[in-house]
Amino acid sequence: MSDAADQIRATNGRAPDVLRVGGWTTMRQYPDDEEVDFVIVGAGAGGGTLACRLAEHGFSVVALDAGPYWRPLEDFASDERHQSKLYWTDERIVDGEDPLQLGANNSGQSVGGSTVHFAMVSLRFRPEWFKARTKLGYGADWPLDWREMWRYYREVEQTLKISGPITYPWGPKRPRYPYRPHQLNAAAQVLAQGAEATGIKWTTTPLATLSAPRGLAHPCVYRGMCVIGCATNAKQSVLVTWLPRALAAGAEIRDLAMAGRIEHDTRGRATGVRYHRDGLWRFQKARNVVVAGYAIETPRLLLNSASPRFPDGLANSSGLVGKNLMVQSNQAVWGMHEREIRSYKGPPSLALTEHWNYDDAKDFFGGYCFMSQGTLPTVAAGIHAKRGLWGQRLVDEMQRYNHQVGVKMVGECLPQERNRVTLADETDRFGLPVARVTYSYCDNDKRMIEHALAAMRQNLAAAGVGELFDETDDTCHLNGTARMGDNARDSVVDADCRSWDIPNLWVCDGSVFPTCGGVNPSLTIQAIACRTADRIKALAARGEL
Amino acid sequence: MTERFPGYDVLSKRSTPSWNQQTRTVIDARLATNPEAHAFFDSVEWETLKAICARIIPQPADRQHPVPLAAMVDEKITTGATDGYRDARVPPMGEAWRRGLGALDAEAMARHQRSFGQLGAAEADGLLSAAQQGFLTDPAWDGLCAELFFKQRIIPDIVGAYYAHPTAWSEIGFGGPAAPRGYVRTDFDRRDPWEASEARPGREAVALRENQRVGRS
Repeated sequence: MSDAADQIRATNGRAPDVLRVGGWTTMRQYPDDEEVDFVIVGAGAGGGTLACRLAEHGFSVVALDAGPYWRPLEDFASDERHQSKLYWTDERIVDGEDPLQLGANNSGQSVGGSTVHFAMVSLRFRPEWFKARTKLGYGADWPLDWREMWRYYREVEQTLKISGPITYPWGPKRPRYPYRPHQLNAAAQVLAQGAEATGIKWTTTPLATLSAPRGLAHPCVYRGMCVIGCATNAKQSVLVTWLPRALAAGAEIRDLAMAGRIEHDTRGRATGVRYHRDGLWRFQKARNVVVAGYAIETPRLLLNSASPRFPDGLANSSGLVGKNLMVQSNQAVWGMHEREIRSYKGPPSLALTEHWNYDDAKDFFGGYCFMSQGTLPTVAAGIHAKRGLWGQRLVDEMQRYNHQVGVKMVGECLPQERNRVTLADETDRFGLPVARVTYSYCDNDKRMIEHALAAMRQNLAAAGVGELFDETDDTCHLNGTARMGDNARDSVVDADCRSWDIPNLWVCDGSVFPTCGGVNPSLTIQAIACRTADRIKALAARGEL
Repeated sequence: MTERFPGYDVLSKRSTPSWNQQTRTVIDARLATNPEAHAFFDSVEWETLKAICARIIPQPADRQHPVPLAAMVDEKITTGATDGYRDARVPPMGEAWRRGLGALDAEAMARHQRSFGQLGAAEADGLLSAAQQGFLTDPAWDGLCAELFFKQRIIPDIVGAYYAHPTAWSEIGFGGPAAPRGYVRTDFDRRDPWEASEARPGREAVALRENQRVGRS
């Protein structure tokens, strides 16, 4: 079986049927010179979902993705080192006071995007976050109404057959999750015990991995290697959910297709995308262009598309393209349990608490959740190495790997214009300037992290975990860099993800987040994509595309 | 064979439903790594790198096939397996390694009048500790910060290689590859019959017996 890493698979009228070993499914194809309704750059949580819903609405759609079209059942090994093939590992330069680590836990380069290796945590935003400025006093308001978003959350949860609790402990009432919750592993029980002992609520984590059969996919077998790619298709990634539907509805997906530049005509309207595939630079004509490359590649493409008419890049009259990059802080507390935990079994985050997302009596803005953790060996060793252990001390500590247990936060860092994506002088293998990613925490972020570390220590101590230590420098999801808003001065796109400057240029991914909330973003990205597709359908019906 | 998990060998599961074909292919290739293979480093750098690896991850003297750490680092560089980011203060992977190894060698010469590869364990550890804390400033560093070299290259590249090897998985009692079979028992102190058994005091013989059964399909 040849590897897909450098082999185009979606071609000749067919694409991989990812649910069947060796299977193929029919794929409609469009010539480059046929002006399709939409060309979408990126087939991950934003672009893949949007491709599906637009195709189902009857639009002609071509989705480009820089990554390979994996067949999880055949291509995925149980091996951290090998599976780094799922990450975006092309060079990016990082600087700032707190330079980010990019790649493994925040960037994907695969058809299906980083959902191919995400931890499947599928949480809704707290309703007030959509009006963070007005209701909570920080960040910026979203131009979206939470009630509408909750209807789209429901659509995504049903599509992904999220397994979760019957009753969710926080926020407005929501229906029960489609599939039953997964059994708690020992690491999750530790979080639950700590929460019970300290009097805060906890829940089984809503997860996009099957707890019961679904079509050709089996329930999760608790292999525990979710973040290096699910080899059994229990994980409900974009690759195995939205994209088969997109193909069935007539969308074309082009794997190993790297977008280099969006072109426009003399009126300033986008005309299509220049992209590299199969050794050649090509140009796909389109009536609309959607950028869905996530918070680094999206601004990079918009900036790399600068022209005499748009010298600062496309959609950038506000000057905000690339700015307000937000990470979620991902600090953790770890310790040793007397009993065997073996956190490598099961999805990594089976239990969580959103207590501090819904409590406003704190000395900082924003919130965070924290979750139980599963760590594979190289990650576990990296955690010890970060606190300075190496040599025999590291080797000895790792002998207790099966007793190690911890909890990790997903924290809401505030938008700051100084945190941004710009273009570096260096170029990549396609000759395109690479991204320079600048990041520094603000004082509020630091207060939140201190608060969370204390809360997590308290949780583990109350559960009887000893030898606690902090992991102080990890971050996860990326958002911002093309924020949505109410007007062209303060934002890059409107509520429909349409750019203010170029009416047929859209952005649909985590880049549009004005604030990032204290939960994992994938469910919200997919909900926004579903909403955007419906809005495009409505606009088209009114002749307003 | 290790004391904590006597008789446990993750490779004994190779023919069981815990290993799919893709995993066998990938791990077979890793096990076939020639410990002396180096395409990137020259012979002086190679000796320094091997000496550093031996201190960052000391392996048992009686281990028949030590994990070929230096070769795995060289392979990472020659195959261009970048991490996905590069600190603006640090040169690209290969260049950083080359400069860092040269600088550690120069520090060894300055401090002990011997190459890094000829240092005793305590001397080598002393220099690595100094690098970790950013105390090394020989001109050979040429603008590369010793602390960042230690943190962003030495540690992730060597430690990451070691714990990606089945020998390390057996040493720490990790279940190893697990598709398609996965696991069933996920509660405290529960193991599936295809997982490592820990030799807590008084149950060494039980653990040995259980570990010898791990590879039965």
